[in-house]
Amino acid sequence: MSAADLVWAGYRRRAARRMAVLLAAAAAIVATTLLDVATGPAFLPLAAVGRSLARLAEDRTVDAIVWSIRLPVALMALAVGAALGLSGAIMQTILNNPLASSYTLGISAGAGFGAALVIVLGAALPVSEAYAVPASAFIFAGIACAGVSLIGGVRGATPEMLVLAGIALLFLFQALLSLLQYVASPEALQQIVFWLFGSLQRTTWPKLAIVAAVVALCVPALLRDSWRLTAMRLGDERAKALGVDVKSLRLRAFTLISLLTGVAVAFVGTIGFIGLVAPHVARIFVGEDQRFLLPASAAAGMAILSAASAASKLIVPGALFPIGIVTAMIGVPFFVVLILRARRAYW
Amino acid sequence: MLSLERLGVRYGGHVALCEVSLDVARGEVVALVGPNGSGKSTLMRAVAGLARHDGRIGFAGGARVGFMPQDFGSRAALSVLEVVLLGRLRTLALRVDRDDVDAAALLLGRLGIAELAHRLIGELSGGQRQLVFLAQVLAGVPAVLLLDEPTSALDLRNQLELLGLVRRLTREKGLATIVSLHDLNTAARFADRVAVLCAGRLHATGEPRAVFTAAMLRAVYGVEADVGADSNGVPVVTVQRACTGPQTDPTAP
Ligand SMILES: Nc1ncnc2c1ncn2[C@@H]1O[C@H](COP(=O)(O)OP(=O)(O)O)[C@@H](O)[C@H]1O
Ligand SMILES: [Mg+2]
Repeated sequence: MSAADLVWAGYRRRAARRMAVLLAAAAAIVATTLLDVATGPAFLPLAAVGRSLARLAEDRTVDAIVWSIRLPVALMALAVGAALGLSGAIMQTILNNPLASSYTLGISAGAGFGAALVIVLGAALPVSEAYAVPASAFIFAGIACAGVSLIGGVRGATPEMLVLAGIALLFLFQALLSLLQYVASPEALQQIVFWLFGSLQRTTWPKLAIVAAVVALCVPALLRDSWRLTAMRLGDERAKALGVDVKSLRLRAFTLISLLTGVAVAFVGTIGFIGLVAPHVARIFVGEDQRFLLPASAAAGMAILSAASAASKLIVPGALFPIGIVTAMIGVPFFVVLILRARRAYW
Repeated sequence: MLSLERLGVRYGGHVALCEVSLDVARGEVVALVGPNGSGKSTLMRAVAGLARHDGRIGFAGGARVGFMPQDFGSRAALSVLEVVLLGRLRTLALRVDRDDVDAAALLLGRLGIAELAHRLIGELSGGQRQLVFLAQVLAGVPAVLLLDEPTSALDLRNQLELLGLVRRLTREKGLATIVSLHDLNTAARFADRVAVLCAGRLHATGEPRAVFTAAMLRAVYGVEADVGADSNGVPVVTVQRACTGPQTDPTAP
């Protein structure tokens, strides 16, 4: 074999291994989703879940539980997991920072403040709370994003400045949130705390459709930029030398991921851990070629949140543990082990 | 091929490059030398379109510029092959085909690092990394080649081989090449012409034997040096010591 044949064979092998990783992740997602649908106050046998999902059986009770209650929640876990995993990966890439996520950049804090604001103002508002809270959360997440990208638009702004701006916004929104909590009535306070824990239980089919539509719109747009995003991993200077318009790519990608995280946290609250961890898990398995890293991060986010959703119903039988707490409690030790076992320095 | 007219770059109020005029012909290698901070990188960044500038930069027929920035290291979890493929970013589709990989493999082979193809860029030595980034720039099939200190981390043999290859490619493909170098003897050996930058101005330009003089070394670098010649007539600079007393003002006429 010539040297070129060897290189090509190596490339094919690497690509095949990554495809295998993605397929394994897809299988894991199917499994966690089935488990998620099966678990709850009444545990349904997996076979019954499968039959109901395939519309094979005519068991009214099972169908009602599966289709009206558990499936939208399980699918929301997937949609939100994908949104958070994907946007975490891109944030880490475009900000050249392994700690970047919607949490560290104040986007989640903005959403939390927005939600709390509506909860506190509560009855004074003329619209239904089911949509007013997410709408306000989304708007304030957007304000946080706009603040970060305004600073990024300043001439000569570095990725470090963006991260610092995000952290500043995080503290600002947390302070404002504390203020709201301080003035809130006990009932409102309880609602705020519950919102901040994050919950998939408020999911309805229309809400799911909104999140899924945003994910479906953003994914192809982001994938189209995957080579340019990969170039950014070599630093701004090299990316520019390769012909990437770094500033406009950063703005474009940041706008899309703002939309993704904004809509995700608006409907389920702050589930912090996934946007940080899913990309790192994906990076360990597929590297940083963003053609693979982006789908893998989305898949990791889906699998983690879906598993956490099932676990949140299993930890205390009959009760629902807040999902945000579960993701952190299960995820953190798992994550630490993974990072420690990874032989290479990944950042 | 490449012609710079009264090129100037300012960073804020700081003048990094001032009134530099320089022509590089097809098939010519120009070595850019000068002390730290004299504006070598700035000149290349301007030509590559990465720095706002005054004056005029002319290319023959919209020639493509390949710029290899100074080495800053990289911790990315990207394979060497992926890094070289990025050199073809303009035409790279989501699905990489055999032609893309073959072009990259060919370049890696010419630089003697084909066996590194599937190693991670973050795990390489500085010298290996420089070879990879050279392959990346060449993968873009540039007509104007700008290499910023491409040999700073290379061992003796790799320096010879890399610069030899650069010169050969420049001749074969009719490129216009600018290489910044710190080692004047290497510059004298490999470049057709040298351009000496000092404090952002072009101090001298011409054939090495005309430019490398004891007076230039004193004025630009502040060193006392002997300038001899090897058996081929290529100048050989031997630095003796730093000049005593105040350095002469290199910008004075
Ligand atoms: N981004 C920058 N901002 C401000 N000043 C800069 C910047 N880059 C370079 N300079 C200044 O411009 C001058 C030329 O720098 P440079 O072109 O990097 O020199 P060289 O490559 O010859 O060592 C130096 O005085 C340096 O301090
Ligand atoms: Mg330099």
